[in-house]
Amino acid sequence: MSDRLPPPYGSALVRDRPIDFTFEGRRFSGYLGDTVASALWAAGVRTLSRSFKYKRPRGILSATGFDGGALVQVGDEPNVPADRLALAPGMPPVSGQNYSGSLAHDRGAWVGWFGRFMPVGFYYRTFFRSPGGWPFYERIIRRRAGLGRLTPSHAHPPRTDKQYLFCDVCVIGAGPAGLAAAQAAADAGAEVILVDALPDAPLGLRSAGKLPDRVRVLTSAIAQGLYADNWLAIETEQRLYKLRGTQIVIATGTFEQPMVFRNNDLPGVMFCSAAMRLVSLYGVRPGRRAVVCVNNGDGLEAALRLLDAGVELAAVADIRSAAESGPVRQQLVSRGVEVLNGYAPYEATAYGGPLSSFVNGGLTAIRLARVGADHPHPLPGPTIACDLLCMSGGFAPNAALACHAGARLAYSPAQQRLAVVDLPAGIELAGSVRGAMEVDTAVADGRAAGARAAALAMGTPPSSARAPEPPTGGSRDVPVVPHASGKAFVDFDEDLTVADIENGIADGFTHLELLKRYSTAGMGPSQGKFSASGTVRVAAETLGVAAEELGTTTLRPPFTGARFRLLAGRGFSPYRYTAMHRRHIELGAQMMNAGLWYRPAYYGKPEEQVEAIRREVHAVRNGVGLIDVSTLGGIEVGGPDAAAFISRIYTTPHLKQPVGRTRYVLLCDEGGAIVDDGVACRLGENRFYLTATTSAVDQTYRKMLWLNAQWRMKIDIVNVTAAFSAVNIAGPKAREVLARIPCDIDLSAQAFPYLDVRVGTLGGLPVRMLRVGFVGELGYEIHVPTPYGLALWDLLTEAGRASNMAPFGVEAQRVLRLEKGHVIVGQDTDGLTHPFEAGLDFAVPKSKTEYVGMAAVKAQVARGITRRLVGFKMAGATPPPECCLVLRDGRIAGRVTSAAHSDACGGIIGLAYVAPEDSAIGSPITIKLPDGHLVNAHVVPIPFYDPDHARQAL
Amino acid sequence: MKIMTCPLNGPRNISEFVCAGEVKPLPAPDAAPEIWARHTYIEANTAGVVFEWWLHAPSAYWFIAERDTRTDRIVRTMSVDAFNALGKAAP
Repeated sequence: MSDRLPPPYGSALVRDRPIDFTFEGRRFSGYLGDTVASALWAAGVRTLSRSFKYKRPRGILSATGFDGGALVQVGDEPNVPADRLALAPGMPPVSGQNYSGSLAHDRGAWVGWFGRFMPVGFYYRTFFRSPGGWPFYERIIRRRAGLGRLTPSHAHPPRTDKQYLFCDVCVIGAGPAGLAAAQAAADAGAEVILVDALPDAPLGLRSAGKLPDRVRVLTSAIAQGLYADNWLAIETEQRLYKLRGTQIVIATGTFEQPMVFRNNDLPGVMFCSAAMRLVSLYGVRPGRRAVVCVNNGDGLEAALRLLDAGVELAAVADIRSAAESGPVRQQLVSRGVEVLNGYAPYEATAYGGPLSSFVNGGLTAIRLARVGADHPHPLPGPTIACDLLCMSGGFAPNAALACHAGARLAYSPAQQRLAVVDLPAGIELAGSVRGAMEVDTAVADGRAAGARAAALAMGTPPSSARAPEPPTGGSRDVPVVPHASGKAFVDFDEDLTVADIENGIADGFTHLELLKRYSTAGMGPSQGKFSASGTVRVAAETLGVAAEELGTTTLRPPFTGARFRLLAGRGFSPYRYTAMHRRHIELGAQMMNAGLWYRPAYYGKPEEQVEAIRREVHAVRNGVGLIDVSTLGGIEVGGPDAAAFISRIYTTPHLKQPVGRTRYVLLCDEGGAIVDDGVACRLGENRFYLTATTSAVDQTYRKMLWLNAQWRMKIDIVNVTAAFSAVNIAGPKAREVLARIPCDIDLSAQAFPYLDVRVGTLGGLPVRMLRVGFVGELGYEIHVPTPYGLALWDLLTEAGRASNMAPFGVEAQRVLRLEKGHVIVGQDTDGLTHPFEAGLDFAVPKSKTEYVGMAAVKAQVARGITRRLVGFKMAGATPPPECCLVLRDGRIAGRVTSAAHSDACGGIIGLAYVAPEDSAIGSPITIKLPDGHLVNAHVVPIPFYDPDHARQAL
Repeated sequence: MKIMTCPLNGPRNISEFVCAGEVKPLPAPDAAPEIWARHTYIEANTAGVVFEWWLHAPSAYWFIAERDTRTDRIVRTMSVDAFNALGKAAP
């Protein structure tokens, strides 16, 4: 038996396009334009899902898609609002949620009987009382709790991308006010984007002449959050839009509020506006015999329209007096409807009575009660048989977006509703969200808002200020009708009743924000859209204060459940290759990450890692090796104050540094900790080329710019890290290899001594050559502009063939520099290490009068050294992992920072922080391995290899 | 996402910027450690309109912003030269 209404009802439907779908294993049919909920309701289905705690059957409540009662499982996707899900051909099977057995006859519904033993806060008191209790309960609760079902092993939908949108005016809400605003803004010449949560069909925007083409429309689109400077997050099925609207018009309307009475959650109890949506948009008769309960004029209008649609109207109960009901009351009476003033719903009953949860029944009767000033306790009145109860407890503005942006909701006693205050600039409200409840006033309000927004967006002064908020029609507070047997629901999502709110307050949670969190009121899928007013009303009455004193809880994004896959989108991980990357791959390098860069760790197969590294170390020590050091940071400082500037920043002196000479540099922060090191090359009187560590160069560059913004010295600073590529050719045969390449630099030991820098050409390539000692062999660090990087590598590789030159990677370089005792910033230093702890005294001469962190370093030296970085040797074959603790008398004295097996030194060597008393050469130290074993080592002088530094000075 | 107007680059998303704290004069290099410690670690944390160092990261441009820390409203932004011209004690 179908409850369909003929046209003109059902404006969203395309009646010649039927669509079949499955719900709970049964075949159903609807039309293109239906939602799943409307099609099911038309077919007589009343239970769409079951509630969170008590597993009570639930049906259509608001038909907006924002209440939690109509959440269904669609194939693999849980928690889809059935009253916003458009029917589509080939839809996956749909089912209800949160039941065992069947939706209609839920075996697990018995839990509802134990409601009195599950008061607010019972989770904390019941399941955590005894240790070991929670793991037991957790297993049970996990099986029974939750709504939908997620199967992680099933295929994930494809990754989605985000998109940026920009417009002059963005209008949220395509109701009468929003449409008028979009129209007016477009007429004024603005670029407009209109957003609405409903699908195309019920909005009916595509019908001719509704909107100019230049207005872009996003349907099935939810504005989830409004962030700083009019930044909107808009979610559709496939995409997250990040929209910047110069001006925003919020025309999001209101949410009708429920009446609170016993069993007000039964299928068949719905809002007047929900019934109107079913009738007008989807052509569905919401019931056969209805009772309408209202406290405002809109509900009475709905009663009239139900009559027109052929629904039998058994009675209308209006809390207000006959005079307040107005002329609509007379129309109803003249059409034979019994109108009871001063009455409110008292108790709804369903088929099956106490067993109603177990059977597929809906509403069968409603009992009214006399309420009002004369009746502080409701006086039970007539019971009326019906299968539909349309209630309207007033309207709360849907102002969440405005609140995200900083507005507040404040209760206005004169209008007996919440009003939006403190609206920030750049945002307009329009329509019923602002109090314009009649269609005509809403349209006019929207037009004014749209025109004003367009003017502001395009920089023309608006013609006038906004009119003040229109006065609302007479309405009353959300009716709460107490019943001795309870089950008067305040929050449908969380199954919270009046008693739960009262008990929460009795437990001491009297502040609204605390009460919300303790009771979980407003924390379900609908996030308080339909429960906030009732909660505040009950709390206010219980506490004996006025509702406006309690205020409202803070509204935050997202507006409704947001899909993770849209938020996550696709991941993008940037990476950086050096100019020579291709050659490393061709040579079989195992690449590793150094920040965003890829560098060769070693050349060879993974299973031969140890052997490969040994081979590379051997090649450098005895022949010649080549390593790509392009990732090194580079900064150029030029100008008359260059030397002075560098001297003020680094711990080292540079005023008298000769042109053509390099000098080790050390940079500290204001706390005296080492943050960077490198080499300063003086290329000219007023020109320095500085190298820095890969990871710190950007920070060092920023620091330099910041300091000079204050010092105003005559210099230019340029970060040339990516502009230069570099290699280090190192080993006793290095010079012999270079001799094979035409070069205008005299490479002899006398003309180009250790620690000097030269500029010239090598094989036709413009180069800067530095003689540095990082790995402790004769070596040249050769820098070229990056476009020549690959050519340089190939040039050297060719020249090195006759000397069996081998490429070497980061792992080998670590061993080589360790053999020389060279400190790596960030590895052998931590966030607090100052130069004198790390043995870098030589880099901080006493003659320096200024460097960054000077006061801190001096203060720490004066206080006394608490640890020292020393070299150690130990027996055994396996080096201790980094960060192994060094103990003294059972207490932590330091840690190992670097360790490796060294062929050249014949054993395991490493660097470690030890107590100052243990830093003398020969002192024994104790290292604790990760498995707890203690091993002995002893302090040895640094460098371990070539202590006279003869080999690098060749 | 908030928009900040860089004096050099114009209005950009706030994600392109780094805030480096209140503008305050650097102590003399040889000032006592206590003075440097207070400068380095103690922030006035003013609730009100303050001058702050800001960096536009992609262009490595340092400038100064006047911001109300209570409302996070950016009053105005200016180059270092313009700030110095305001007559405040040069940092």
